[in-house]
Amino acid sequence: MKGIIGKKIGMTSVFEPNGKQTACTIIEAGPCVVIQKKTVDTDGYNSLQIAFGEAKEKNTPKALLNHFAKANATPKSIVKEIRNCSIDKQVGEAITCEIFTEGEKVSVIGTTKGKGFQGVVKRHGFSGVGEASHGQHDRQRAPGSIGGSSYPSRVFKGMRMAGRTGGDRVKVKALRVVKVFPDKNYILISGSVPGHNGSIVLIQN
Amino acid sequence: MDALVFVHEQLTGKKEFPKFKAGDNVTVNYKIVEGNKERIQSFKGDVIKRQGRNFTQTFTVRKISDGVGVERVFPLYSPNIESITVHKTGRVRRAKLYYLRSRSGKSARIKEKKQIIEKKAKAVQA
Repeated sequence: MKGIIGKKIGMTSVFEPNGKQTACTIIEAGPCVVIQKKTVDTDGYNSLQIAFGEAKEKNTPKALLNHFAKANATPKSIVKEIRNCSIDKQVGEAITCEIFTEGEKVSVIGTTKGKGFQGVVKRHGFSGVGEASHGQHDRQRAPGSIGGSSYPSRVFKGMRMAGRTGGDRVKVKALRVVKVFPDKNYILISGSVPGHNGSIVLIQN
Repeated sequence: MDALVFVHEQLTGKKEFPKFKAGDNVTVNYKIVEGNKERIQSFKGDVIKRQGRNFTQTFTVRKISDGVGVERVFPLYSPNIESITVHKTGRVRRAKLYYLRSRSGKSARIKEKKQIIEKKAKAVQA
């Protein structure tokens, strides 16, 4: 497992050598600083703690400031852990986007855009109930039946209904790395990744 | 936005195109790969639409082929576009000429825009 924290910049499309146009997301990935190395002996599991994004010193808690100071790092805004990390870096060293190569398959984890309170058609992909004509009205986006009547006399748990939609942590798997720009710390990934522009994502493989 | 420009500067080839807009009559020479052979196909017609901006913009060319209307969308910065030549500049009042789809024959023609610069040059000569 290897990974890097990044910021989603936006989408565009590029032409690949075979002439095909591919929709891509630009992610500003890294550089991330290794803050702590966790091992089975000391912490019970193996992981690499990495930090990304500058933060103001006055807005960072003292506990974190000292935690960063141990790694000789400036205060950072995002701290994440990568379990069983295969990157061989010492505390204080930087991880750059060069850990990924062109053509590699990666998964991207992020928080999806919040959609607010949504009905079942948008939230769960229901088709709605009614038709537009034949005297029907107000049923086109309805959920339909939510269960039996006297038996079981209740609605089963987990019944899919309307509610708060989006804003979930989502992992998109098997996205292809189209191009890596080490000078600018940009990674170009085919397809879309969760979240709005400027949101924090974790690229893993 | 800078990131988008940077990425395209690296990946999208620089290209020079003649200026054209909706209503113009153009020929697009387009590379086609058949098996492992490459040849150039030309598509001549009227531009009915220019869409998008910067490096992802496209334009649509419409022609009448054997009495059937054919439209083709080209990405402007596609490496497969060999060249674009403009034959006529059209005098149109819209940016999107969708109304041509429902017309045929004489009413589907686009009037040619006479170049003002030429007129002025002639006036000066006279």
